[in-house]
Amino acid sequence: MPKFLIWIAALAALIALPHGLSFSQQEILVFLTINVLLVASYRLLTLTGEWSLGHVVIMGVGAYSSALLTKKLGVYVPISMLLGGVIAALIAVLLSFPLFRMKGFYFLIGSFAAGEIIRLLWKRFRDPFGGAKGIKGIDPMPDFSVGFYQFDFFEPTSYYYFAGIIVAVCLWILWRIEKSPVGLTFHAVHWQDKLAQASGVNVRAYRTLAFAIASGFAGISGALLAHYIGTINPNAFDIDLMVYVLTWAIVGGTATFYGPILGCVVLTVINEIVLRELGLEQMRPLIYGAIMILSILFLPNGLESIVQKFTKRRAAEGAPERRPAE
Amino acid sequence: MLDLLAQTGLNAVYAASYISLVAVGLVLIFGVMGVINFAHGELFMAGAYAIVALYAELHLPFFVAVAIGLLFVGCLGLLMEKALFRPLKDNPLGGLVASIGFLMILQALAVMGFGVRMVHIPPVTQEVIVFTEKVRLPVARLYVIIAAIVLLSALWYFLKRTKFGWALRASAQDPEAAALQGISITMTARIAMFIGAGLAGIAGALTAPLVSVNPHMGHSVIVTAFIVIIVGGVGSLEGAIVASVAYALVHTFVTTFYDGVLADIVGLSLMLVVLIVKPTGLFGSADRA
Repeated sequence: MPKFLIWIAALAALIALPHGLSFSQQEILVFLTINVLLVASYRLLTLTGEWSLGHVVIMGVGAYSSALLTKKLGVYVPISMLLGGVIAALIAVLLSFPLFRMKGFYFLIGSFAAGEIIRLLWKRFRDPFGGAKGIKGIDPMPDFSVGFYQFDFFEPTSYYYFAGIIVAVCLWILWRIEKSPVGLTFHAVHWQDKLAQASGVNVRAYRTLAFAIASGFAGISGALLAHYIGTINPNAFDIDLMVYVLTWAIVGGTATFYGPILGCVVLTVINEIVLRELGLEQMRPLIYGAIMILSILFLPNGLESIVQKFTKRRAAEGAPERRPAE
Repeated sequence: MLDLLAQTGLNAVYAASYISLVAVGLVLIFGVMGVINFAHGELFMAGAYAIVALYAELHLPFFVAVAIGLLFVGCLGLLMEKALFRPLKDNPLGGLVASIGFLMILQALAVMGFGVRMVHIPPVTQEVIVFTEKVRLPVARLYVIIAAIVLLSALWYFLKRTKFGWALRASAQDPEAAALQGISITMTARIAMFIGAGLAGIAGALTAPLVSVNPHMGHSVIVTAFIVIIVGGVGSLEGAIVASVAYALVHTFVTTFYDGVLADIVGLSLMLVVLIVKPTGLFGSADRA
């Protein structure tokens, strides 16, 4: 089957998807869409070999920035989302000065500390961050019409389409960045940092760049979240969500662009839909934990390795003389 | 004012005691297994729930309950070693994720067994040592301080003076060379996991009557322990103890004179400053992660 037919079928399925779901499942779908952007941006950061525990707080920076811009300065909502991303990226550049002195485990914990400080500052200062209760009554995305479809943002379905379009554009940009010379340099910084340095690559600058870009997109995902639920507080961006992001990425696998997204979708569907439907409400964390352990024990290269096995074999059968493009 | 300072100092000594028990266990596990045990706070919680089950519900004597709790949590450590960390020996990120999975399982079991709400434990002893009118030390807190001093001294003796301890440190330094000398890496890993988990367990068990026991109590414990082992330098037991005392002093004083959230911010900022000045911690040298 030609490739574009698969894409069109996938697109049609994504458009049709919310209509077969209950209201609460539609809401989960919106969160899932936002989380896909979050985890995809996280992967860009891991390309340079650093695993951050502050990514969710950076997402919160985007959410708080966008919420405050609309509330205090009356900025128009879609523009505030973009600015939320920009501010998140700027904060990341600031954080990079202390954090990039560290590597490995120290970076992991250092990024956690930096994130936690930001989060506690939101908690401590009621003005302007609203303290532990956070910010309420954030302006929703204004409704609009594109002729054949009326966006009504009280409906999760409408917000799903809106967020879906934004996330799709962001994913496309992330994809282009990864395939560009800049993205290849990120790989080099991770796997051959001495060689890259010797070839004149400013390793520190590229690590900062990856951190800033990843944080910018995380900020946009946070802004998408803030204007959907209308209320944000410091606890929404705590280490619990960060742990989920980390496990989505690792269970999905980070060798490919789609690995973390796959992990996010599969684990969310299992956790939020399958286990809920089975009526295992109290046992959900237990089963989720067991699935994490089993997948890391028996699928150390992530869910993506299953997909790769399948696609590689098909490629080999179809055109044995051609080498894979990558 | 002097009274307040003395009282806050005593509180800090108590905090330093249980923090150092947890942190030293975490360092030991990291040193020998090379894996960050995210579930360490939940091992602390498991120790506390052992007291709920054995002391508050089955009415066993407190110290018998503590001893059983120690063994129980130590065995949880052995289970983690066998089921998770040994198969994932060459995959530190995998070990991290597996320990997060284990953490979720332990939390869920605590919720299913005892409910989400905090559990009330009858006080072990009402006795209070009165130094002056305003400077007092509850005996239950004194137990924690004594346990920390005794256990950490014993551990120090074990690691520095016994053959097993030498073997343990050797396999932390260089597993291959240690194996070539005939040291069983599996055995040292088991000992390290048992001791590391047991220390967290006994800290949880002894502090259970003094704090609110709930399924999410491990969270703040693990955060504190991470700060402490980073400041002390990962892999350094002495560093962990020194950092525990320093962190407890700062945190307790800021909490007393300002508020708890600010104390957390100050603690985390101190850690960041240490990392910026010396990116491998105060006592740390090699980076194994």
